[in-house]
Amino acid sequence: MTVDALVTQYRELIAEPLSAVVERWKRDHPGGRAIASYPVWAPNEVIHAAGMLPLAVLGGGTSVELTHADARFQSFVCSIAKSTLELGFQGRLAGVDGLVFSNICDVARNLGSIYKRNFPHTFVEYLHLPQNSTSASVVPYLASELRRLAAAFEAAFGLKVTESALAEAIEAYDALRARVRALYALRIAEPQKLATTELYTILRTMTLVPVGEATAALDTMLGALAARDARPRDRLRVVVEGAFCEQPPLGLLEVLEEAGCYVVEDDLLLGWRWFTADVGGAGDPFEQLASAYVNRAVPSSTRHESREHRSVGLIEKVRRGRADAVVFMPAKFCEPALFDYVLMKQGLERAGIPHMLVEFEEKMWTFERTRNEIETFVESMLFD
Amino acid sequence: MAQPVTERAYQGRVHEDSRRLMTAWMGELGRAEAERRVTGAIMISGNCVELLRACHVLPMFPEVTALQNAIRHKSLPLILKAEQVGYSSDNCAYVKADVGLVLEGGFGPGKALPFPDLIVCNYVGCNVYVKWFEHLADISGGKLFMLDVPFARTDAPSADDIRYVVRQLEELIQLCESMTGRRFDIDELREVLALSARAQDGYARCKHLTKHHPAPFDSYFDSINMMGPINVLRGTPEAAAFFDAAVAEFESLVAQRLGPLSEERFRTVIEGPPPYPFYKSFRNLFTKWGAVAVQSTYSTVGGIWEFGFRHDPRRPLESIAEQMLRENLTNRSIVARYGQIRRYVEDWQADALVIHSIKSCRLFSAGQGDMREHFIKDLGVPTLLVESDLEDPRYYAEAQIRNRVDAFFEALEHKKLVAAR
Repeated sequence: MTVDALVTQYRELIAEPLSAVVERWKRDHPGGRAIASYPVWAPNEVIHAAGMLPLAVLGGGTSVELTHADARFQSFVCSIAKSTLELGFQGRLAGVDGLVFSNICDVARNLGSIYKRNFPHTFVEYLHLPQNSTSASVVPYLASELRRLAAAFEAAFGLKVTESALAEAIEAYDALRARVRALYALRIAEPQKLATTELYTILRTMTLVPVGEATAALDTMLGALAARDARPRDRLRVVVEGAFCEQPPLGLLEVLEEAGCYVVEDDLLLGWRWFTADVGGAGDPFEQLASAYVNRAVPSSTRHESREHRSVGLIEKVRRGRADAVVFMPAKFCEPALFDYVLMKQGLERAGIPHMLVEFEEKMWTFERTRNEIETFVESMLFD
Repeated sequence: MAQPVTERAYQGRVHEDSRRLMTAWMGELGRAEAERRVTGAIMISGNCVELLRACHVLPMFPEVTALQNAIRHKSLPLILKAEQVGYSSDNCAYVKADVGLVLEGGFGPGKALPFPDLIVCNYVGCNVYVKWFEHLADISGGKLFMLDVPFARTDAPSADDIRYVVRQLEELIQLCESMTGRRFDIDELREVLALSARAQDGYARCKHLTKHHPAPFDSYFDSINMMGPINVLRGTPEAAAFFDAAVAEFESLVAQRLGPLSEERFRTVIEGPPPYPFYKSFRNLFTKWGAVAVQSTYSTVGGIWEFGFRHDPRRPLESIAEQMLRENLTNRSIVARYGQIRRYVEDWQADALVIHSIKSCRLFSAGQGDMREHFIKDLGVPTLLVESDLEDPRYYAEAQIRNRVDAFFEALEHKKLVAAR
């Protein structure tokens, strides 16, 4: 199959509500359970090791009209929080047995408990992911937190997470992440071969299928991409930063590319490529996963890192991607991204790296103004 | 026709003592640089000020600076200054006011407020704290210590949670020793905690006195006089003595059946921080209706003392960890807060719940529509929700808020009249 054909197929899949995805999977896996995690990162390995299907719940995008959630969350709250709650009210998460939230921001934190109150029969777990990156006690703490999650699965569903199952799950996700890294490396090397709208569609599809299937699909995709022929264009190479939680509309990513950019790095669906190297190794798999979270995680606005300045990881992305500029793309009302914008912007300015800011909302549907802004930015860079 | 309700001319000893103590603390901060004292910034929510005190680190609180600027109507230019350098209009205005103050040159070496030497981010629920202190460290060059406190997500803090926080407290002690050059003495911490427990006891007793009819003080608007001593000065002999005197004063008011207003017509519980730039105007909206807050959630951000928790000098680090993990409002879920408010409504015999929803603090506000839904539909508690901000005056729409407050109390009054028939 060609890349185009595969991507067309994936686009149809990601347009489906989670309930349809789960229904289809459960038809083939009678008695199976599905757990969806809210951004940014969740230990899918633990969910998989319990024999359940890990999924991502990423808000409603343009697919839902808010009829219940906007009475519960104020106008100054980000859209993904409201639309995720709305998905519940509209039955679009039917069949999803549980949700996992974590301390990425104050809104997500409140959403977890409000979801549970409104849907008391849904399993909801809240993970506290550490913000201390240097304490001697942080890895043992996180390992205990992951064990607590495993125990909660056992209590709720009678599904035990054994150490050997977790070790296997880590291996399976390491294999998937290696393919994702290969896709990102390919896009840096030959961005003309893989549009960001395509890469995003591929990655988002991987959040909806079992890990083994996802890995096989990426092998097929990497093969198809190797055979793809595309002529390089004179475009601005950019890093997109800030869209790690609420999902930008595909139309916005299209506009970014149509306006003359090659996106060579981004933080879209960051949780699904959270680790910079393989997690697996010898020893307690809970400790391995915890240690990787603390010591081998990508820089993120939702995780404090004492060991380096907020802008260092971004500048490294720029260097690695041989990018010309950064496009900050925070979701409207996203405090972690909007706060980091200031420190990152200052860091970029010290390093002489141009940047621009484009705020978005998942429900955004007209892009002309944004197109103008990006075109102007690109022209000012290309013809300088 | 009912007599108009007025505020009793009451600026008693509690108010004066609080002002004196807080001024003295600010004076100490102003002299810290000249006296070569190590300063440490820390956040209000579930803080471990006792530990800094026992480590001879003079605590400073950026939130207090921000609220003082708001209450003095100085916050907007500072917020705008921060927005000029890239902060979003959607970022917490507390942070922006503080950053703006730095940019204006109001903070730093040789100023009344020094840059902190140590920046202890007590991450107790509020994610903005992490960003705030990352930025403060970036600006000031102070040493940042991230004290990660796991959020309350189980029935009680687990042994793993307590162990994790205690270990970090031990690491903080080592850092303080290296900065002050003074060896930490656990017995000194025990003494500080004993004083702290005495202040907690006094604060709790004051808050229980508002169960009386009329309540001797407004547990939202007047609590601010006690929040400085309980959150900032906890662990000092002065704070302990302050609360001894406060209890005596409020007990005397109870004996005289005196409240803060000429008449207590409605008893409310108020949820959410106040609009500091319009503190008095906002209060007046309720005074007019004879509405007195008999409890408030904001007064428990630093710690929830009225339900019995006290620091235990026999288990110093463990009890500090327990307080940070569970015994404060911010490290509990919003739905857990519903339980706290329900207890207030029932035990303090409140007529209504008022939710002041602020844009800056999503920790407090995100989802308060759900809270309103729960109290009205599930519990039958009349509930008013108004929106503005605690720091940014641009979000305070006086006429709109007044209309909502008036309509709410008119309806409540009507309901009372009907019930009395």
